[in-house]
Amino acid sequence: MNGTVVRLTYRALLGGRRAWLLLLMSVLLLAMAVLLRVTVGVDHQITADFLGAVAVAALVPLFGLIVGTGVIGPEIDDGSIVYVLSKPIARPRIILSKFLVAACATVLFAAVPTFVAGLVMSGTASRIALGFGAAALVASVAYSAIFLLLSVVTRHAVVYGLAYALIWEGLLGSFVPGARTLSVQQWSLSLTEAISTRDLVSSDVRLAVAGVLLAVVIVGATWYAGQRLRVLSLAGEE
Amino acid sequence: MSVLSVDTVSRWYGNVVAVNDVTMTIGPGITGLLGPNGAGKSTLINLLGGFLAPSAGTVTLDGVTVWKNPEIYRTIGLVPEREAAYDFLTGWQFVLANAELHGLPDPGAAAQRALATVEMEFAQGRKVGEYSKGMKQRVKMASALVHDPSVLLLDEPFNGMDPRQRLHLMDLLRQMGVEGRTVLFSSHILEEVEQLAQQIEVMVAGRHAASGDFREIRRLMTDRPHLYVIRSSDDRALASALIADGSTAGVQLDGDVLSVETVTFLQFTELLPRVARAAGIRLFEVSPTDESLESVFSYLVKS
Repeated sequence: MNGTVVRLTYRALLGGRRAWLLLLMSVLLLAMAVLLRVTVGVDHQITADFLGAVAVAALVPLFGLIVGTGVIGPEIDDGSIVYVLSKPIARPRIILSKFLVAACATVLFAAVPTFVAGLVMSGTASRIALGFGAAALVASVAYSAIFLLLSVVTRHAVVYGLAYALIWEGLLGSFVPGARTLSVQQWSLSLTEAISTRDLVSSDVRLAVAGVLLAVVIVGATWYAGQRLRVLSLAGEE
Repeated sequence: MSVLSVDTVSRWYGNVVAVNDVTMTIGPGITGLLGPNGAGKSTLINLLGGFLAPSAGTVTLDGVTVWKNPEIYRTIGLVPEREAAYDFLTGWQFVLANAELHGLPDPGAAAQRALATVEMEFAQGRKVGEYSKGMKQRVKMASALVHDPSVLLLDEPFNGMDPRQRLHLMDLLRQMGVEGRTVLFSSHILEEVEQLAQQIEVMVAGRHAASGDFREIRRLMTDRPHLYVIRSSDDRALASALIADGSTAGVQLDGDVLSVETVTFLQFTELLPRVARAAGIRLFEVSPTDESLESVFSYLVKS
């Protein structure tokens, strides 16, 4: 960890218009939750469907993508990463600092609103809100790690990230059951299944397996990103 | 005192060779890396700065490998060519952040000192994104000087600077050279290198084309045609006397101006006074018209 890297990253990420965009989307989620609560009333199945489809399947990966790539991608693109890299700091420490900012921001803008939306729609009943909040939390951390790695590895991180989130998790997951085993979304939903006392969601992955896979992905992606940053080539203008 | 060594280094991207079997040593003082755009200067600076792995050969700083070794940045200060530099920070915040990233004991004092060195204190409260190109270059320079490095690498530092800023940066770099730092800067502008560098390394098409001080490089190429403008007491008589000798390739008399193109440099310098004396002609002025680096350079590029 490096305090200066954290500060620079945080300011670059949330200094501009991006913070407002993220906030707007969070507020939109809450507004939809309020609207559903007012129009439909309390229906736990609707809560689960809404949070599963809108929050965990769309909002969290999207935020993870925006934030995870945002903490390092623009710096690599415009070359300003050179000011951080031309310092005697171990590369994994730089990655760890950036990962921390990405994970915190994604949790703040995606996981917390998911939990609050759950509270709005179902209160504390059957620990539905808690279940989805926890799922969004671990998914936020995992997506941050994955998309951060992706930005270090390729300059087209957003494209590949979108392809993973939309095609692999969204499309393929709904047709090919096997694809679901390797899906951050399914892993995190196994947590919802375990926490919530009602049988509203079902994950294809057992909790223990999901936990191990999540840990491996988070730790592995962050470690590997550090290794890749060590050999990041800054191509010249020529 | 630090020495950068490039030992039989090549770097290729797929089929394109950017740097081709280059060997050079860069010691204390100012070294100019000269070459046209696309000659591999930036690639070489990236190799020296540890931002690119050599495809073959080694790059070392005082005997220590540069690649994958962040510790070298305690010794190296880097001024990149690209403009982007955390535009949302003020000049002060930017330089301070660089000092902090170096883990300096008193980053505030170091940042203050670096900003004073480049005379940017007056604008340190403004955002980097609002700076002119020259100001940005200076604040980048301050960020590279913040840890008092003994090696300074600058990629096209004079790009986009106005003449006054250029002179200021030249003075600054001269100062660094006098202090015994190893300063390497790249440029495709000949006058800059000529004015500043004691040692010149010429890169052409990825190859190390020449090395030495300016006159040395010039001497290396004495067998190419040189052009002189001569004023004398009798230009016409001198012209006819010179054309008789084999060391002159051409003589042109254009009004008052006598220009002579020579084939062999040394022979001509001997011939001219002898011929003039024999013909009883007084020489008022003999000046080489292509003594600038430009001619040296275009010759190298052509060969």
